Amino acid sequence: MIIMVYSKRIDGRGFDELRPIEAKAGVIKKADGSAYFKMGKTIAYAAVYGPRELYPKFKQDPKRGILRVNYNMMPFSGAGDRVRPGPNRRSKEISSVSEKALSCVLNLDDFPNAVVDVFIELTQTDAGSRCCGINAAAMALADAGIAMRDLVSAVAVGQADGRVVVDLNYEEEHLPEFVEHVDSHDVADIPVAIIPSTGEISLLQMDGIISKEALLEGLAKAQVAVQEVARIQREALRQKFHVENSEENGQENRPGDGE
Amino acid sequence: MSVTVQDKQVVVPGDVLADGIGFIPGFGCYRSNDKLYASRLGLVNIEGKVVKIIPLSGKYLPKRNDVVIGRIIDILMSGWRVDINSPYQAMLSSKETPEFIEKNEDLTRYFDLDEYLVGKITNVTSQNLIDVSVRDQGLRKLKGGRIVYVNTHKVPRIIGKKGSMVTMVKQATGCRIIVGQNGLIWIDGEPAKENIAVQAIKKIESESHFSGLTERMKQYLENATGVSLELNADKGDYNGLQ
Repeated sequence: MIIMVYSKRIDGRGFDELRPIEAKAGVIKKADGSAYFKMGKTIAYAAVYGPRELYPKFKQDPKRGILRVNYNMMPFSGAGDRVRPGPNRRSKEISSVSEKALSCVLNLDDFPNAVVDVFIELTQTDAGSRCCGINAAAMALADAGIAMRDLVSAVAVGQADGRVVVDLNYEEEHLPEFVEHVDSHDVADIPVAIIPSTGEISLLQMDGIISKEALLEGLAKAQVAVQEVARIQREALRQKFHVENSEENGQENRPGDGE
Repeated sequence: MSVTVQDKQVVVPGDVLADGIGFIPGFGCYRSNDKLYASRLGLVNIEGKVVKIIPLSGKYLPKRNDVVIGRIIDILMSGWRVDINSPYQAMLSSKETPEFIEKNEDLTRYFDLDEYLVGKITNVTSQNLIDVSVRDQGLRKLKGGRIVYVNTHKVPRIIGKKGSMVTMVKQATGCRIIVGQNGLIWIDGEPAKENIAVQAIKKIESESHFSGLTERMKQYLENATGVSLELNADKGDYNGLQ
């Protein structure tokens, strides 16, 4: 038996390093709010419609508005195989946990009997898709002008061959398939969604097996990593309105202007 | 105890606005553990000790006495249901029309489906049941013309101080214009002039959060129409109708 330690990550990142992130707000013009979020090779689009009237009527809540999240992977998004369209057990579960992860920051008291619809579409997936979707959805909700006490930022932590790592990619999640000596006991994948200003956890799931020490270490690393995610989300939201500002800046300098 | 943001800066939900207990949270803000946070995306506005957010996006929420433009979407036993570009539909009762309407009369004689009207919000309940009325000066059915949708948060800028901005567009294009608080704008005039008015309104909308806009729009409208304009902001009170 060869004894090896996971001393270097497959894609050459540091153990606490996130994949390259890109974020943009306001990508879907017709939606009330929208965002694009990319982590490595995973790409999520989120569109928010509403608040709007909710039908069928028995689903309405006369005390406050409700949030409805729909997570969907596009047919061509997976690694080779076509993803069959339509809801399945996995996407229903992720829709439901994403809804719970996001609804705890929202304040929909002003919108009784109404619904806020969030559609998360994954055009390309490479692990961490629910985290990417939650990050995009939080930005889209803010862009839609919905009252929320903070954004929600998500990242996956886990264990690969005994090392605690941040933001796993597909190869690390499925390490036994890629590295010969690793068996499934050494691999764990833990998506975590955190409310950045308070550090509260709004989503915590796990696949695999992990020791208590490694779990605590992972969660501590998630708290750090999530601050970086939140910074990028905020920056992208500000950028949307900054662009509008700078257009005007340019025109302010036109000759003949009053000010 | 200090403010950590600048006036008119763009903030995102969760941004810290002020540290310490010396400031009062206004609209779009909340306090938690001695700190003031933003709960809406928008521009910071600091007035003395009150910090509030001016939102830049979001749906129209009806307020009493708002002048809005609505579209008839349903006809009921004793009134109409009106879409006012908000999450909730408004009700126009047959008692709230200028004419007296007999019981069992055909309501389509007054307002038919898909017709537009300019009305005033008379009541909004806690469950957001909305009443609208057309029984006041200037409130009526809108015939002809065209409807433009804008962001409801940019409406104050389109109207301008005491109506200065919209008055200028009217003078330049000769169009009749009614601006609804809900982001619907009705424009009626010569087709070519209507186009100019639409362009001007879109320009105001996209450049709204910048100073010197009135002067710039004056230039733009003079170039587009060849009418020379006077800037006079004091037109008395403006309620969105004249």
